[in-house]
Amino acid sequence: MAEKVLMKGNEAIAEAAIIAGCRHYFGYPITPQTEIAAYMAKRMPKIGGVFLQAESEIAAINMVYGTSSAGKRVMTSSSSPGISLKSEGISYLAGADLPALVVNCQRGGPGLGGIQPSQSDYFQATRGGGHGDYHMIVLAPASVQEMAQLTIRGFELADEYRMTAMILADGTIGQMMEPVSFDFDILPQPEKPWAATGTQMKRTHNIINSLYLSPEVLEQKNIERFEKYDAICEKEALAEEYLTDDAEIVIAAFGIAARVAKNAVNAARAEGIKAGLIRPITLWPFPVKTFAKTIGKAKEIISVELSMGQMIEDVRLATECKVPVSLTKRVGGMIPSPEEVYAAIKAAAERAGE
Amino acid sequence: MTREYLFAGFGGQGLLFSGKVLAYKGLIEDKNVSWLPSYGPEMRGGTANCSVIISDEPVGAPIISYPDVLVAMNLPSLDKFEDKVKAGGTIFVDSSLIERKVTRDDVNVYYVPATKMAGEIEAPTLANMILMGKLLQVFGEYSEEEVRKALGKCVSARHADLLELNLKAMELGRDFQ
Repeated sequence: MAEKVLMKGNEAIAEAAIIAGCRHYFGYPITPQTEIAAYMAKRMPKIGGVFLQAESEIAAINMVYGTSSAGKRVMTSSSSPGISLKSEGISYLAGADLPALVVNCQRGGPGLGGIQPSQSDYFQATRGGGHGDYHMIVLAPASVQEMAQLTIRGFELADEYRMTAMILADGTIGQMMEPVSFDFDILPQPEKPWAATGTQMKRTHNIINSLYLSPEVLEQKNIERFEKYDAICEKEALAEEYLTDDAEIVIAAFGIAARVAKNAVNAARAEGIKAGLIRPITLWPFPVKTFAKTIGKAKEIISVELSMGQMIEDVRLATECKVPVSLTKRVGGMIPSPEEVYAAIKAAAERAGE
Repeated sequence: MTREYLFAGFGGQGLLFSGKVLAYKGLIEDKNVSWLPSYGPEMRGGTANCSVIISDEPVGAPIISYPDVLVAMNLPSLDKFEDKVKAGGTIFVDSSLIERKVTRDDVNVYYVPATKMAGEIEAPTLANMILMGKLLQVFGEYSEEEVRKALGKCVSARHADLLELNLKAMELGRDFQ
């Protein structure tokens, strides 16, 4: 195995993108994700790639649109307020069926909010964010190693399904350093016969467009896109299960919240409480089947989030409201401590025992 | 075994750097490690801190509520974190910057006039590494080979001369009684 290095999560994303063959990065600085842009600024010129600090987030996402149209692997990154700005462009990418990787290293909101970590863009990420009927594939890393791994997977999925993949990280995972190995098996980049690369007078024009003025045509486009989404839901949902086999109290948490929750689960197990953790790795598609397994088994699910309660809705849907679901949260840049989550588990176990 | 370290002081004292050296030393020794900085405005001169976890087990949350070890390089940091240190834990105090003593009697305390000592070797920015040398000595983990390797990972080749100076500072801390 390749030597492990200590790296910040943001840097690991940038390095993994380069390994995945991404040679085009467009961005605009914002805390807490600026290390991605800084890394790209340093590396891209040395490997024949393009780093461009755009004049705005909106410009950057439209540069992504152009580069993707030409069939190249391309990415942009930002943090919450910047992702709102990019959302128009992300909707256009969806409407034109263009692959792209977008990183959101979340901070507290709404508005300019703060610069400390948050998970309060869950709705925005999993429901689309921009206008129109569409989804992004949303990947939620919980370690620096996963920042790298899911970046590579994100490019692969984006190309395979011709859509945007988003890395939904947060300030903590972006800023923390952990050992990371870049020893990856990477799928070869697929051919992109749809790309606008010049006809060489040998084929008809490829048109990249999101404007369909005929409602009949636009309806059909949407229906076909959702058939693709159905296939993705069937095939690509991913979750880590930790001590869930006999768990009566199940935590649902992703990203940094899942790391905190794991400590709490271990503490609860040490006290003889049958606690477990389901950590969605894909937030869209949501790992519905994994959660459905808790029906009739778990006595309570605790959704631990750095938001006022967003993923909890998907947990309730996935369990068809057949398992009580409660919320443990901190917001605005605060992170729940393992002790707070442990207290929630303990309270849930007491309720279950009554 | 898991040991959780909190380095706290002013931005610019090199707390993030010394935390990184410690984390790299852990990585070189095949441990699980995490390093988490406070980031944002604090980095530009306010209070800054950095949490390092070194463990034989996979690291869960990188956030530390109750550290085993506190390295305090200014008074606000000692005031803020003294009570958080686990009973039986260890506090390292830069006694040239913090005049008061630790009030608890259930922790081990080492007072090192690190900033003054760093000035004496004309390396005023290396008080952090003097404290790190002392810390490793106290835990019986000062091994020159690994310390040198870890520093090598954190000091760029362009600044190789600084590596020797860092090492000198760490040795000074190690030998301080």
